[in-house]
Order: sequence, then structure tokens, then C-alpha cells
Amino acid sequence: MAFTIRVNGASHDVDVGGDTPLLWVLRDVLGMTGTKYGCGIAQCGACTVHIDGSPVRSCLLPIGAVGGRAVTTIEGIGTTEAGAKVQKAWLDLEVIQCGYCQSGQIMSAAALLAKNPHPDEADIDAAMAGNICRCGTYVRIREAIKSAAGDGVRRPS
Amino acid sequence: MTSTRAALSRRAVLQNGLAGGLVLAFQWPLRAAPVNEPEQPPDHPDGQFAPNAFIRIDNAGKTTLVIPQAEMGQGVYTAIAMILAEELDADFAQVVIQHAPPSDKLYANPLFGIQVTGNSNSIRSFWDKLREAGAAARAMLIAAAAAQWQVDAASCSASNGKVTHATSNRTLTYGELADAAGKLPVPDKPKLKDPKDFTLIGKPLKRHDTPDKSDGKTIYGIDAMVPDMKFATLAQCPVLGGKVKHVDDTAAKKLPGVRQVVVLDDLVAVVGDHMWAAWQGLDALKVTWDEGPNARINSTDIWNGLRVESTKNGVVAKSEGDVDKGLTQGERFDADYELPLLAHATMEPMNCTVRLTPDACEIWIGTQVQSRCQQYAAKAAGLPIEKVTVNNHYLGGGFGRRLEPDMVESAVRIAKQVSTPIKVVWTREEDMQHDVYRPAYRDTISASLSNGKIVAWKYKVTGSSVLARWLPPAFQKGIDGDAVDSAVDMPYDIPNKRVEYVRAEPPAVVTGFWRGVGPNNNVFAIESFMDELARKANMDPVAFRLGMLDGTPRLKSALKLVAEKSGWGSPLPARVGRGVCAQPSFGSFIATVVEAEVDDVGAVHLRRVTCAVDTGIAVNPDTIMAQLQGGLIFGLTAALWGEVTIEKGRVQQSNFNNYRMLRIDETPPIDVHVIKSAEHPGGIGETGATAGPPALRNAIYAATGVPLRRLPIDRAAIAVKKA
Repeated sequence: MAFTIRVNGASHDVDVGGDTPLLWVLRDVLGMTGTKYGCGIAQCGACTVHIDGSPVRSCLLPIGAVGGRAVTTIEGIGTTEAGAKVQKAWLDLEVIQCGYCQSGQIMSAAALLAKNPHPDEADIDAAMAGNICRCGTYVRIREAIKSAAGDGVRRPS
Repeated sequence: MTSTRAALSRRAVLQNGLAGGLVLAFQWPLRAAPVNEPEQPPDHPDGQFAPNAFIRIDNAGKTTLVIPQAEMGQGVYTAIAMILAEELDADFAQVVIQHAPPSDKLYANPLFGIQVTGNSNSIRSFWDKLREAGAAARAMLIAAAAAQWQVDAASCSASNGKVTHATSNRTLTYGELADAAGKLPVPDKPKLKDPKDFTLIGKPLKRHDTPDKSDGKTIYGIDAMVPDMKFATLAQCPVLGGKVKHVDDTAAKKLPGVRQVVVLDDLVAVVGDHMWAAWQGLDALKVTWDEGPNARINSTDIWNGLRVESTKNGVVAKSEGDVDKGLTQGERFDADYELPLLAHATMEPMNCTVRLTPDACEIWIGTQVQSRCQQYAAKAAGLPIEKVTVNNHYLGGGFGRRLEPDMVESAVRIAKQVSTPIKVVWTREEDMQHDVYRPAYRDTISASLSNGKIVAWKYKVTGSSVLARWLPPAFQKGIDGDAVDSAVDMPYDIPNKRVEYVRAEPPAVVTGFWRGVGPNNNVFAIESFMDELARKANMDPVAFRLGMLDGTPRLKSALKLVAEKSGWGSPLPARVGRGVCAQPSFGSFIATVVEAEVDDVGAVHLRRVTCAVDTGIAVNPDTIMAQLQGGLIFGLTAALWGEVTIEKGRVQQSNFNNYRMLRIDETPPIDVHVIKSAEHPGGIGETGATAGPPALRNAIYAATGVPLRRLPIDRAAIAVKKA
């Protein structure tokens, strides 16, 4: 089946089954490999993208359900205010280790800050608990979100 | 593997081996000579200054550093680049990092003798070699400039990619000097910098790899895209070791996007236009498996076997004083500890991309063992090794799983049946159920106490030997040096001690290295028992340890510091406890305090973690902190939930819903204090994984009085008992 999806502002025509998860359309059909496969059952958050600004696990979102809504991926999130702030804070606080989960972490954090510019600890935990990091970068993720919100103290280096 | 074995001299093993005293916490006594190994420099060094395998400077001054070790998040690309650039006096902001190709000859890890990233030894093993490589290049560039200016080389200096002759105020860039420097001999013993003159080492510099990881640009093995490539996923027999009996692919072949079904003796794979098509095809296959001899194996069989084996006398790995006599002095205590099988669960599932033609094989992968992948691909493809190209990538986690080449072997075998290049990606379920698991261990300890000190210590490890499978020549005289690491060199001053090892291979399960390796088991058992002994001696656990650490002053200092920083001894609410762990592992000295609460139903809440580390010269202190934070979370995750169980030969865990990971809302503040030191750098990647479990176990002991003897934590055992 033919679908037209809008990813990071650009339209793409793809021909796949309607049940194909957006994750595989992005990665294998469009070659946008920044969005990661981690579990396939919405347990780890590595595949998180934004649909009209809201964080969604693309591993379980059928392409047929995307419609004309705006898809934003890690490759495009830097053009949003919250996304750019999060990416900067991630580098300022050197959050990233292996980095494989971080596309999803950054997408979840950007969605949080876009809706809630000054999240407290509980808000951060609630928004980020769906994203697993096997390297264990959670301590710095928490600091970086506060830093991106302008609420953190830059760690002296 | 054959070449390694053939090259190993037994004499060298005896000379450098475990009996000879450990220079580092754990040194594999190997020197492999390159046999039948192609020269495969990372690029064409023609027209470049290429004084060794690590440094390339072209005429434009572009400085490329080829990193022998794999970057799996531990920051090694940055740390190794810092060491090279420090001695080279390169402009660190401008250096370009490159993955090393497979080559045991050029890029062997000095501690292993083969090209491998593991055992937290990238920095400690490559330290001298990299400094010398940088210093030699720098000396050649200076010599080239001095010759051009006709001045004494000693009157020239280098910094930021330039050589300067201050007296005449002349400067030449490394690019301008590259051609001339390349014609000079490489000095054997270049002068190294005095550490007080370091300008990069010791600074918390920004990582090279993280900007591209923050916007999706980084290419991991799983992201490789090859022209005309198809996508494949596979299933191995759910019963470990089983084979394929029959496959009905009628339904699968009708699915849109499914291109081919590949049936091999031990696995089935479906090739499709994208992963989803392949996966749907795999699900639609009707496979009848020949389950083989393991179909009746359960976890209880593995544990029963281990317990029986652990009653036997082991091979003595270390003996001091008279343990049997010592155990009759003072009061004697005995305990057994058990640790379960664990999966690695790297965030990036196993994968390998293959392009196979009749006379060449190219693979794309993220691996900790580049040269071994090349060997296995060559064997599977039936090609000479020089016909195999390995493109290594960033790793989406390694943790020891990517020390194995099994995903390469299966991908190449599948590719032999397919006319296009293929990317083989394992589902998470396949990844978890066909892992190479951390061994289950059982440790039996006896000790005697007198006047608050340990008089005798008898310690026996029973478990499978990863080393005997993974690097057979290193398994010598019945002792697995990894399995007894951190036990033979335990830090406490005890006059009589003996460490034994019993190799006990489980049925069905293949075991492998897992972050923290052997010390993971030994530090847990030793530090758990230390707390039990402290209580028997009516002593504070920190004071008890401090009284026996005069022989290990660096650990003693770390322990004192962590006690101070963690508020050790200050009052806590009911059912909240602090637990300590002190470990001398991987050449680093680390003391950790975990503060945890156990609620009435036995749920454990982490409140705070404090860690003090003396890792020698901290090449990048920010990375050291990050590795400890992350390693602690890795270890705490395992302590809280990690266990792989087997039923009817099948691994029961399949995904993150039933193999739990710590999440951010369960993560406490973690403070790491890095102690300034001028000692040789130690290892760090594994150390947090090793420190977390015993410190948490001891915190629970303090909070509840229940001495847990196995992991993961048994909630029922620590819940408030109802009257």
C-alpha cells in the first residue's frame, strides 16, 4: 500500500503494508537510522519519535495510523526550541555513553520540556521512566533536563 | 583461535602466568604471534606521515588517530586520543578519530595478545604503547623541522600541531613537516613527557563521539546500509543446542515483502524488503525443531550440579600460611553465596551486515573483537582471511556480549544462501534467549575470627570457565584466572588464606564474559561475608575492614573517603541501611556505600550511592565518573532483578518486560569522588558493576538484619514477617 508521511517537514511516499510499524519505515525504507530498535514492544523507548509533538513509541505505531500528522525524529528535533536545548544540555553535561538509547531519551526529554518548561524531579521521572539506558546515564539525564530548563547548576569541570 | 593456540608458548605462560604474581589485577598470560594474517592498514598511508599504526598526518595537517579499541560507550575513543595527542602535541580539537581495522599484528591488546576490548584494560594496557607512539611521532616532526632550519632539535618545541624554534621565531605545522618526518627513522625509545607537563591527560575533556550521538548521525553496526541490501532476521532453536527438523514456509512466502526463507541445520532466517517483512515472515514459519539433548534441562539441574561440584576440592589458585590450622584458631564461620546466570541485554540487539561474493566477504558490525570476527567470517565463507573486510562501528553497548563472533558466523552462513547483501538483525527475544550468559557461580567460604581480625580464610569458587572456551591457552593447570580474579588478590591482611577453583560447566548453557567479569562474583561473595564477619566480631563494617587494609593503602584511603562522604555512621530511619563494598579490582581501588530502604513488603528503594575511587592517573576524570555511575546502575540492576532461568532447555526471559532494567525513577543520586593519583592508570568500565551488588546487599543486611546469600534479592526474605 502507498502511504505519504511527513517526517521532519518533508513528505515521503512509501509502499509498505499498513501494519508496518513506523520504526521500520523510518529505518529500513527511508534510511533514517537515528531512530533505534530496542525491544519492539514499547518497553525501552529507544524508538521514540514525536507525532504532532507528542512522544510515541514508533515500534508499535502502524504506518497506516500515522496519517498526515507531523512525524519528528532525532534527525529533526534540533530545529525545535526544546529539542535544541536538550541536545545542548546533553553535550554540556556529557550524558551520552554508548548512545544507542539516547535518540529516544532526547525525544522524550524534548517532549517533556515543550509541554512543561520547568519540570520537577517527579515530572522528570514520570516522563523519562519509559526510556531504558543500559549504560546507566540516568543521573546525568536528570541533571541535563534541569540544565536545559535553566533550572540546573552547570557541573564544574 | 587456532593461530593463537599455536603461537602460545607454554614457557611464556609459566614465566608470565598467574603463578608469577599479578602485575595488574588480572593479566592474561598471552602473546599471540600473527599467523596468516594480512596487513590491512586503516587507509592508504601513502603521502601521509604514518610512523606507526595509530597516527596519520597528511600534508594539510589533518591528524587522524586510529583507535585500536572498540568504543562501546566507555569513552575510550576520547581517552586514547587524549593519550596519543598528549605525547604528539597535536591540536586535540582538530584530530579525527578512526575505527581500527582487524589486525592482531597492528592492534593487539598488549594484555591479551589479540585485538580485543574488554576486562577494563584499554587504558592500563595501552598506556605505555600509546604514549611512545605519540612521542615517537613528535620527535620525528621536531627532527624534521630542526633539519630544515639547521638548528639543534633540542632548541625546538612542539604544541598544538606545530613545531616552533623560539630563538628565531620560526614555526612549521605538522602538515608542512609530514613528508620530511616520514623519511626519518622511528626512534626506539622516544622521550616521554613528565606527567607534570600534561596538558590534556587529567582534564575532563569533551568526548569526540557524543555530538553525532545526540542528533542521530552516529552509525552503529545495526545502521549499516549497503546498496541493494535486503533485511533478514533469524530464529535458532528455542531449546539451547537444538536443530531444525522441518520447516513449512508456505504461509511465510505469501507475505508481502518476504523475499526468501533460509533454512540451515541450526537456524531459520527470513529475508525481506525490510525488518518488519522479515520478522512477519519468521513468525509465519511453521518450524519443527529437533530439540536435542537439552530439552529436559531446568534451572534446578544447573543449580544442583553446581552445588554437588562445589563440595569437591578445587585446584589451588592461591595459598598463604596454613589455612587448615588457622581455621581451628578463634571462632569459625562458614557461608555459601550464589549468583545466577545473566543476559547482557545490550540496547543494540545483535546484528551483522554481510556482502558476500564468490571471492570476497565484507561485513559491517560493532564488535569488541575485530580480528576474531574476521577469522570467523572467513571460515564461514570458506575464504582466505585476507579476502574478508571488517568494518567496525560504534557499539550500542558491549558488556562482553560483543566479545563473541557468533552473530557474524550465522550472518555469513545465511548470506551464502542469498544473492544480495543482507543485514541480519536479531529480535530482542532472540538476543535474550540466545545470549552467551554470565556464568552461575557458587562460592563457599570459611573463615576464623580472633580479636576482630580474620585469622584464616578459605575461599572456593565453583562455576563454568569462560576463559577455557574463549581463550583456551589461557586456561592453565585447571585454573581460570578470570574466575578467581579479585579473590587471589583480595585486599585484606589475613595471615592464612587459600583460594580454590572448581570448574563446573552447566548443561545446555554457553557462558561468557559479562561486565565486571570474574570479580563480579568474587567481590560480591567476599564483601558480603566481610559484613557478616564484622557483625560476628561486633564491629562496624567500615572499621572492621580498615583494620585489615594496611597492606593496601590506596583502598584504605578510598574507604576512609567514602565513609566521610556518605555520612557513614550517621542515624537513619528504621529499615534504612548503609552498606559498604571495598574492592581492589582491575587495577583500581574503589570503595562504595549504598543507602537503601526496604519496605514492609520487601521492595528495595535506592536512596543514595557514594563512591570513592583511586584509579591511578585519571586520563579523563569526567569519563571515570560517568563509568562508575553507569557501572553501579548496571550492577544494581542485576542485584535487584537479574536472573536468567531455564525450563525444558529454554531461556524463560525474552524482553525488558520480564528481564527488568533499573529505570530513571528508581535511580538514586550517585556521587563519585575521584582521588588524585600519580600511579599507573587502572581500569574503570567494569568496576561499578562489581561494586553495586555487594554494597546494596550489605545495606539490606544493615536495614533488615537478613544476610542474603544469593542474587537477585529475595523480596520475601526481607519483607516484614507477619505474626
